[in-house]
Amino acid sequence: MSLLDRMLTLDRRWIFLVVAVAVTVPLFLHLEQKIEITQESRGVFEGLSGLPAGARVIMACDFDPGSAAEVQPMAIAFLKFALSHRLRVIIMGLWPQGPMQADLALRDALRDPAVAAVAPQYGIDYINLGFQSGNEVVIQRMGSDIPMVFPRDSRGQAIAEFPIMENVRNFDAVAYVFNLSAGYPGTVEWVQFAGDRFHARIGSGTTAVSAPLYYTYFPKQVTGVLGGMKGASEFEELTGFKGKGTRFMLSQSFAHIVMILFVVLGNIAFFASRRRKRAGETAA
Amino acid sequence: MKRRIPLLLTTLVGVIFVVQFFVPHKPFSDMQGLLSDWVQIIAAFAIWLGALNLMRVSAENVQRRERNWPYAAIIIASFLAISVVGFFFSGGTHFQDPGTPFDWMYQNVYNPLSATMFAMLAFYVASASYRAFRARNREATLLLLAGFLVMLGRVPVGDKLSGFLPEGYRLSNLADLIMNIPNKAGQRAIMIGIALGIVSTSLRLILGIEKSHLGGEG
Repeated sequence: MSLLDRMLTLDRRWIFLVVAVAVTVPLFLHLEQKIEITQESRGVFEGLSGLPAGARVIMACDFDPGSAAEVQPMAIAFLKFALSHRLRVIIMGLWPQGPMQADLALRDALRDPAVAAVAPQYGIDYINLGFQSGNEVVIQRMGSDIPMVFPRDSRGQAIAEFPIMENVRNFDAVAYVFNLSAGYPGTVEWVQFAGDRFHARIGSGTTAVSAPLYYTYFPKQVTGVLGGMKGASEFEELTGFKGKGTRFMLSQSFAHIVMILFVVLGNIAFFASRRRKRAGETAA
Repeated sequence: MKRRIPLLLTTLVGVIFVVQFFVPHKPFSDMQGLLSDWVQIIAAFAIWLGALNLMRVSAENVQRRERNWPYAAIIIASFLAISVVGFFFSGGTHFQDPGTPFDWMYQNVYNPLSATMFAMLAFYVASASYRAFRARNREATLLLLAGFLVMLGRVPVGDKLSGFLPEGYRLSNLADLIMNIPNKAGQRAIMIGIALGIVSTSLRLILGIEKSHLGGEG
């Protein structure tokens, strides 16, 4: 069997093996990589860093564990930055698993020395309102009456008992909305309902697959977009809270190179087989 | 009557939502609030309906020993396990609190399984890129080149490889250019097209021309 035939009939398990090696080996390497900051990522940071201490921000978690590899590092960096800068964080989700992912991110964030130094208190500095069904209608209703949509927090306590929710009627009481989005409902709905309708300032953190769509809203309808793990690493770089986003970029770099090599090899095999077929036809 | 009342309701609700968007004052703002609350309640019931329907379909699959019935049995067992753990084994605390069995299952079973499903995409994409991503014609070649530049330009190694080029002409700059100009233009065109389609379909629904949502023909 010629090399060309081998390339054309390559068992896909070899491809899987190469990808597995390309993704896992860099996890054990410690190579410094320079993270270039895009204007979309800088937009999220600037939208957030300009807020005064005590300002309320919503962290809308519309993702699940499936997309956590890309989005969870953004949630952790956001919480670390917001809480250490004494911003008051209101967590909610239009996906059932979103607020649970936020709980996991909170546990990470609260362990950080910079956050622990300000000792944020539940109900005063942050609150988790939990999941609410109704998709974009929930956002629309929040524009007129947030306590009506979320009368209780994720643990079932009335929100009226928490100082952080004092005088929170609608988006006027919220300085910034950071939406962690992995699909529907997500950033599109937040832009259409909270942004366009109620003039809320929005930043988006999303998967690499969704980012090209959300870039269309930048810079007028969203202040910025964090796209995929690269966006997470950029945000970590900007906030100074380096975590998994930065650490896993090396794996992503290797995975991209492997993918490109496969495309090149696949095309070499394709053109060589086409040439052989044509040569065969001419000879016949 | 069975069709007229739902049609009338669709028209009424549609008109209220359109009017309140342009006139956000009483009584329309109150109507919008009331209807939004109803949507949330219906959506909450729909979640239960979906879960119960999944159980019913899975139970039928197991009972009739249909193809892949063991998967249906796993669905039922998983559903019952997490429900029972969440409802009855929280030890007096909220089921989502750290340290509860539900929290343990979420972190150690559901979370890794769900992440694994998504991570497998990387392997399939690599395999597909080897077999299907071919420069067969001009359009495919353009797509290939764009993908090439964006994939390299969006990771730090891209700038390492093109570090010899002057600032502004490196792979990351090219990737930004592709994302900000052709990508945005194409995506916006698609979004405007979709929005126009939604407007026309909504109008057909409100005016009672489109009836497919009632189960009949449109």
